Order: sequence, then C-alpha cells, then structure tokens
Amino acid sequence: MEPEIRKAPATSEDATVRFDGVGMRYGRGSEVLRDISFELPRGSFQFLTGPSGAGKTSLLRLIYLAQRPSRGLVTLFGQDTATIQRASLPAIRKRIGVIFQDFRLLDHLSVFENVALPLRVAGASRRSYGEDVAELLTWVGLGDRMDAHPSTLSGGEQQRAAIARAVVGKPDLLIADEPTGNVDPAMARRLLRLFVELNKLGTTVLIASHDFSLVRSLDAPVLELAEGRLSQTRPAA
Amino acid sequence: MSENTRRGAAPLLPPDAGRDRPLFAVAAILVFLACLSALGALGAWRAAEGWTDQLSAEMTVQILPEAGRDADTDAADAVARVQAVPGVIAARAASREEAEALLQPWIGEAGLPEDFPAPRIIAVRLDPGAPAEVETVRAALGDAEYEALVDGHRMWTDAVERAAAAVRYFALTLVVVLTIAAGAVVAFAARASLAARWDVADALHLVGAPDQYVAELFQQRFLSLGLKAGFAGAACAGLAALILAYVGGQAGALFFLPTLKLGWGALLIPPAAALASGLVAAFAARRAVFTALARRWE
Repeated sequence: MEPEIRKAPATSEDATVRFDGVGMRYGRGSEVLRDISFELPRGSFQFLTGPSGAGKTSLLRLIYLAQRPSRGLVTLFGQDTATIQRASLPAIRKRIGVIFQDFRLLDHLSVFENVALPLRVAGASRRSYGEDVAELLTWVGLGDRMDAHPSTLSGGEQQRAAIARAVVGKPDLLIADEPTGNVDPAMARRLLRLFVELNKLGTTVLIASHDFSLVRSLDAPVLELAEGRLSQTRPAA
Repeated sequence: MSENTRRGAAPLLPPDAGRDRPLFAVAAILVFLACLSALGALGAWRAAEGWTDQLSAEMTVQILPEAGRDADTDAADAVARVQAVPGVIAARAASREEAEALLQPWIGEAGLPEDFPAPRIIAVRLDPGAPAEVETVRAALGDAEYEALVDGHRMWTDAVERAAAAVRYFALTLVVVLTIAAGAVVAFAARASLAARWDVADALHLVGAPDQYVAELFQQRFLSLGLKAGFAGAACAGLAALILAYVGGQAGALFFLPTLKLGWGALLIPPAAALASGLVAAFAARRAVFTALARRWE
C-alpha cells in the first residue's frame, strides 16, 4: 500500500523554501542553474529529479546554505538568504536536516556518535538523547552496529546512518540527495516511510533522486531539472 | 540504561598525536629558551641590585702621601673626621700591607719599595637608610692639611647598572620574541590541523554548530598541547638553571656574573611559563581557526 503524504497547499504565503529567478555558477564558469523558480510550501513533500549533472546537488547546496546564488532570490523560512548574517547561519542550519550523497560521516566517531551529533551540538545531554538515538538506529536497521565506525560499514549502512543523523533532530526541512541509492528496494521503502512519517509531523521534505520507482511510489509533486533549468513541475504519474 | 548512554561522549576532534609531536617539541624548546631568558633577566636584575647596593653603601677615601708628612697620622685624622659625618657608620684605614695587597695585581708579589709613596686607603661604610653624600664627606676633609680624594663609586655603580640593564632588557626582549614565535608556530599548526580536518568542521557547521563551537575544539586541543609542552620545556629549563647555579657556585664565577642568586621568586617562572605557553597556544589556535572559518564560509 502506498504511504500517504501530508497534503500541503499548492502555494503558501509562508513557504519554507522559495526560489525566484535563481541562477548559479561556480567561479567564472557557465551557469549550472538558470532561472529557477519554485517553492516548497511548509509541510510539503516533493521530489527533485533529473539526470546526473542536471544541477540537483547544486540546487540542494543553495537550500542548505553551502552556496549563494549568483543571481535571483532564495528565501528560506521567510528570510532572503542573501541578507542572512553569518552569525545567524547556525540557527537556520539547525532547522535543516541534510542527507548527502557521499554521507559525510565522521570516521573517528561511532555510528551512535555520528547520529547524535546534531543533538550534541545543540547542547543536549547524552542521557537525554541516548535512548532516542538508539531507537532510531534500530529503526533504520543499525541497532547492532551502533558502536561500529563508518569505515567498517557497507555503503547502505553508511547511508542509513547518514539518514538517521539528518532526521534525529526532527528538522523543519529535510533535504536528501539520492538517499536510497545504496540500499535494497525493501530498505528504500522503509526509509521512504520514515521520511513520510517525518513529513506528517510537519517537516518539509525534498528528495533528490533519479530512481523513478521511488518517485512513482508516492503521490508527491515532482520538480524536474534538466541542463540547469527547472523545466516542469508535475505530479507523479 | 544502554551502554551508549552510560559511556562518555567521544572527542569530536580525532586524536592527532602523529601530527602534534613536532609541534610539541618546538613549543617545548621555545618555552625552555623563554624560561632560561626570564631566569637570566631575573638573575641580572638581582645581581645588579646587589652590586649597586653594595657599591652605594660604601665610599673610599684616599690620602695622598706628601713629602714631610706622616701618612698614617693623616689617615687617622681623616678617619676621625669622616666618622663624625652623619650617615657614616664606620671608617677604617687600610694598613700599608693591605694597600700593597690591593696593588698586587699590578705590581706583582715583590712588594712596594719602602720609600714608595703609597696612598692610604680609608674604607667608609655608609648608613644604607640615609647614606652620607660624597660632597659632605669631601667638605669634612676640606680644611685638612693633606690632600684627600673621596670616591663615591658612582662611576662603577652607573656602569654596573648599565650593564645589568642591558642584560635584563636583552633577556626580556628574547622572552617577548620567543612568545611571539611560539604564537606564530601554534597558529600555523592550528591552520594545518584545521585544513586536515575540514570534514569535522563542515559536518559540525552543517548540523548547526557556530564558528565558536568549532574554534573551541581546536582551542582546547592546543591549550592542552601548549600546557604539556610548556611543562616539559619549563621543567628542563628549571633543571638547567639548577645545574648552572650549582656549576656557578662551584666555580665561583659563571661568565661575568659571580653567582646567580635568583631567589624564591624564580620558582614561579617555570610554572608561569608553562601556563603562558598553554594560553598563547589556545589564543593563537582560536584566532587562526576563526580566521580560516570566516574565509571559507564568507
């Protein structure tokens, strides 16, 4: 049975993310994103698809504030990212959970420590989050690998640890770059259910993927990128 | 309660012993040199104080022999006049034998001829609280029938003070230069350490850690390293100072300083240097990391 996502309004005044005529280039190179305009209404669930090199990762980088646009307006939680002061970045980043394609787990920390990192940085005590982190790790199938270090994990296990780290703080916005690329179909469905559950709790979710079976498994809007342009926005078939 | 909640949190910066070892050695050597410089400055300070106190607490009166006069009688008269001056504790005329002993380095052991007009020397000990002025002593001898030269040792006192000040300021400059060098070395090492661990800084930033959080991780690491290196360098410097003091005491003189008497205050220098090493390292690391983070994320 297809999991149901939270139905967010088609447009909203208080969109979590809004792009308006955004272009982006690296250094003096040509634009990798051109005239991108879209919005992620608060509490929505959307997919971002497109072939490799279409600019999906660059678009996500703009959302999680790793990059600034070359032109246009990017609004995040109602704030123009061009005017966000450096000192305000940590507070905004705490509201965003990011799942990277290359996981970005810290090799010297155990899986448990990696997943607990956002909570630890937020100042929570180990006693307060210990049970929650352990429960989440069990949910993503890493209950018996909590003390392992990332270098000893398979690609799929690392991906699940990265997902757990992104969702552990119950972020307002979750962005995921190919989050199910390294796991088997059963685990992919299980992880998708996790994103859906998070969405039901109010988190805005954007999943970048070129796995069409994953995209089609939910009745969620799809943003399609091709050669740096957001060519169409359509509901999943 | 699970094992993971009981266990302490792992350090967010991975152990970096391999990279830290050369820095530890350099920092320890800099603290060692800074400590010795500071001890040298303190030694010069105290020695200069001792010598100038000694010189200013004494005065010398020379009674020049004249044909037809009895030098010993003149010397006795001069002693009586000088002793009467306020601010003089005692005056004593040196015998001819003592005068010869003083001249021995120049005339050898053969002694003076009987008829050689050796001046009579009067050693005057002054009240350290209110010493008599040279002019007052000179005035007391002004109407005497013999010629008397009063020497307040001013020339020597000034020379000793100048020499001691030069040594002192040189040593203090060395301490400052070594401190700056230590700071620069640690800042360089902190940047290298950060460059090697951008993955940690990036991961922390992306989960919402402010620059201060990241900087404090490096600051704590370098504070610890600076303290350890500081204590190692300071301990070696303390040991070296003890050996030098012992050798100096045995030989009677070390370089141009007779014996380095540092006093109890010197005991504070090694721990203070070690503490300063930790603080300089922590401050330098913090500044370096803040600067690097600002450049990367601007």
